[in-house]
Amino acid sequence: MADTALRVSAASSADKRSGLQKLMQRKSTIAFLMTLPLIVLIFTLVAYPAGYALYLAMLNKAMTKFVWFKNFDFLFSRDTFWMVVWQSCLFAISAVVFKAFIGFVVAHLVNNIPGKKQRKWRGMLLVPWVIPAAMSTLSWLWLFDSSYSAFNWLLEPLGIGPIPWLGETGWARFCVILVNVWIGAPFFMIMYLAALKSVPEQLHEAAEIDGASWWQRIWYINLPMMRNIIAITALFSTILTFANFDIVRVLTRGDPLNTTHLFATWAFRLGIESGDIPLGAAVSLFMVPILAVGATIILRDINKRGSEV
Amino acid sequence: MADATITTSPGAPTRPRYGSMSRDRRWALRWSYFFLTLFAIFFLTPPIYMFVTSLKSSAEISAEINPWWVFDPTLSNYIGLLTDNVFLTFFLNSALISVCVVTITMMISVVAAFALARMKFWGSATLATGVFLTYLIPETLLFIPLFKMFAWVNDTFGIQLMNHWWTMIILYPTLTVPFCTWIMIGYFASIPKELDEAALIDGATWFQTLTKIFIPVALPGLIAATIFAFTVSWAQFLYPLAFTTSTKELVLPVGIITTLIKGDVFNWGQIMAGALLGAAPPLIIYAFLMDYYIAGLTAGATKG
Amino acid sequence: MAQVTLRKVVKKYDEVLAVRGIDLDIMDKEFVVLVGPSGCGKSTTLRMIAGLEEITDGDIAIGGDVVNDVPPKDRDIAMVFQNYALYPHMNVYENMSFGLKLKRTPKDIIDQRVRQAAQILDITELLDRKPKQLSGGQRQRVAMGRAIVRDPKVFLFDEPLSNLDAKLRVQMRTEIKKVHQKVRTTTVYVTHDQIEAMTLADRVVVMNGGNIEQVGPPNELYHSPKTKFVAGFIGSPAMNMVPCQLEASGDALKVRLSDTLSLAVPASRTARYRPHVGKPGLLFGLRPEHLTETRPHLEADMQTFDVKLDVTEPMGMETLVYFAINGIDICGRVNPNAGARESQTMKLCADMANMHLIDDKTEQVL
Repeated sequence: MADTALRVSAASSADKRSGLQKLMQRKSTIAFLMTLPLIVLIFTLVAYPAGYALYLAMLNKAMTKFVWFKNFDFLFSRDTFWMVVWQSCLFAISAVVFKAFIGFVVAHLVNNIPGKKQRKWRGMLLVPWVIPAAMSTLSWLWLFDSSYSAFNWLLEPLGIGPIPWLGETGWARFCVILVNVWIGAPFFMIMYLAALKSVPEQLHEAAEIDGASWWQRIWYINLPMMRNIIAITALFSTILTFANFDIVRVLTRGDPLNTTHLFATWAFRLGIESGDIPLGAAVSLFMVPILAVGATIILRDINKRGSEV
Repeated sequence: MADATITTSPGAPTRPRYGSMSRDRRWALRWSYFFLTLFAIFFLTPPIYMFVTSLKSSAEISAEINPWWVFDPTLSNYIGLLTDNVFLTFFLNSALISVCVVTITMMISVVAAFALARMKFWGSATLATGVFLTYLIPETLLFIPLFKMFAWVNDTFGIQLMNHWWTMIILYPTLTVPFCTWIMIGYFASIPKELDEAALIDGATWFQTLTKIFIPVALPGLIAATIFAFTVSWAQFLYPLAFTTSTKELVLPVGIITTLIKGDVFNWGQIMAGALLGAAPPLIIYAFLMDYYIAGLTAGATKG
Repeated sequence: MAQVTLRKVVKKYDEVLAVRGIDLDIMDKEFVVLVGPSGCGKSTTLRMIAGLEEITDGDIAIGGDVVNDVPPKDRDIAMVFQNYALYPHMNVYENMSFGLKLKRTPKDIIDQRVRQAAQILDITELLDRKPKQLSGGQRQRVAMGRAIVRDPKVFLFDEPLSNLDAKLRVQMRTEIKKVHQKVRTTTVYVTHDQIEAMTLADRVVVMNGGNIEQVGPPNELYHSPKTKFVAGFIGSPAMNMVPCQLEASGDALKVRLSDTLSLAVPASRTARYRPHVGKPGLLFGLRPEHLTETRPHLEADMQTFDVKLDVTEPMGMETLVYFAINGIDICGRVNPNAGARESQTMKLCADMANMHLIDDKTEQVL
């Protein structure tokens, strides 16, 4: 048996090795071609415009001259800019905190009730997230209407109001945050509920036997076990909230007196409506730092999880 | 030792604790329902109020009566919209764009995800990460340079991209493809490697492995990604607002906001009816495919 | 005609050598089992035969044709995977016919072959079920059915039973053997379970660290292991190995295990072992079943000695007894009625006709 003659189909042994190599090369070429539409899309419509924004931000208003950081100098000297910075941070941070808190509480409430009913409640509570933001903000706009506010009608008998919901800076800021929380909290609820489901039931039983109260079980078991998802969801939401456009645009358009503008809506006002593209680009670039920080943290988490697997 | 334990426990309740556990649970359940109801009221008030208003005539809206109740329901707002060519154009534009975007998105992302999940090649890991990063870049950062790029395309090639609804078909995939690719990579990666090896031995080509094995097996993921792509392109507001102005080129959300809100004379009954009709397609899909919708939402975080 | 031949086959992953140039001839209709601990290169070898892994060097031939760069589908092989790899969206019939359908085999032939295979495996009534609705054993059968239907030159099994529970594993083991007797296709079977290897194989290939340690029929491997690794790997409980000295006393040889215990080497082995007298680093090997309770009529090469038992493990048909010599645990198998008790002294009998002498340095059995 040992000296069975082996029939080699290819002429020389040098050839036969290259055959499989060619096959492997062809495989990676095919794979590259399969991802090509994706790569082209990302480069032409995302990566390139993102880089282009940086260049645009350094042109003069007529876009004829390269002026380096003049646009940024100009922004720093304007009170409106600092107000937008302040409002963007206030909006993003307070909205994310409330969304996370409400999401956490509602997720626990839903998790408390019997399994069969959870589906129904979960389905009902996610509705704000499903409705297109521009559409649902319209109904808030109507609820906050200056002369026909349905909220004011409810508050009137209590001797409160009429509240100028969108007419006064403080209230207007409260309103845009409220609407953002209303839209975003259900998303947090769904994520946290998914995280809750992944906490093994035995852990709770073990803790109960160890004498942990309901509150202690949440604090010592659920929170640490959900830490990852809580962090990722909050980070994710911070990026999206910071870059929010729809709500402010529909609800206040930045009014009263630009006090509710976010970077995105102000950039739209300057760049598209007032036609100062470089200045608009400069404003929108201020969303990049928060984006970069968030992306770095999320990426590190992905890599860490990747190496754990 | 025994003495020590006894002396430390006089504070413990002496009544039998039987049943206290289930009583605690019952109360916890009641409180849960109570608070859930409060939250449900908070979350559902705007859409319900939307519906209530959409059934009112302009006269009833401006009357000094309980705004939370319909005294004289009418379908005139709906009839008015559904017979209005302008509104129907918005609806048609939105529908066409969404269908095209979903198709393009799924073709690009499923094929790319398959290559990235299974056919390792130079730079494939970096590309997968890049795809995820792209998802994090908001459209609010891109609309200004895109605005300028469109002008350049018009100058160079003579193709006018501004003020055309079909431009959205080119733009929206940037919002849908990265996330869809990302979740499809997750779904494909969860298919055991032996399955494609078995297909390979059975004589399937890469393309047959994708169409006959991967797509059917990852069908739930595919549905979730499709729903995501649809809802995103249906709800997109910024790009059409920035790039379209003519009435016949508008999509539904922008159309309702720019044409129905005329100055200070808001026809709120019709606006709310329009908003409700605009919210209907995603809501209907959600009602029927809730589990897939939620799977798509949570996939991003758990699959990563 | 479907022998499988491996010539100096090497597999390198980056800089790690997974398979270090192995030679193997598998004859037509033979059932060969590759066995070894995890990471020994057995699965890699199987996957190279299947064409799922590229070979770094050497040649693989199926039916005399070198298949080094032939893609898996053209090698005319079928493979059964550890997790069965059934297509979850297809029913059993579709799973079994998928390969034939891709080859554009006529429908009636597909049907005939699927039904025939289903009959062999007794899964005819499962044909329109989905894999999800099947038990582990049934999935296993379907996976085999998928292989049989294609009527390949070679069957490849990659640890097909390790996902089953112990009882089902024994049952399926017999099933696989029966199927092989019916279809008589050359089979290469990979497992880490030496009992599976012993019971199934015509010939067993023991692999370790990317090398083949020994090839042979199950009984040969059991009774005449060539290396320390094979001696220790085959058989459960494992062979006892105790450091020893080989001493000459006149014509006879003695194995000294401790200051107080030495056992005489059978006369038939003296010539073979004489050159190793006084050699350092020798191991005395004896399987537990050759270390039993003493009997009234001892055969020639049986020797008795007293030990103090540490632990006894009643197994029903036998009792395992453990004791230590110079700190090394030794296991014996005694009759359950022999009165073995923990912490008590017992007289045991060593069957020296079955002893082995191992050179610990070269790891060869002398």
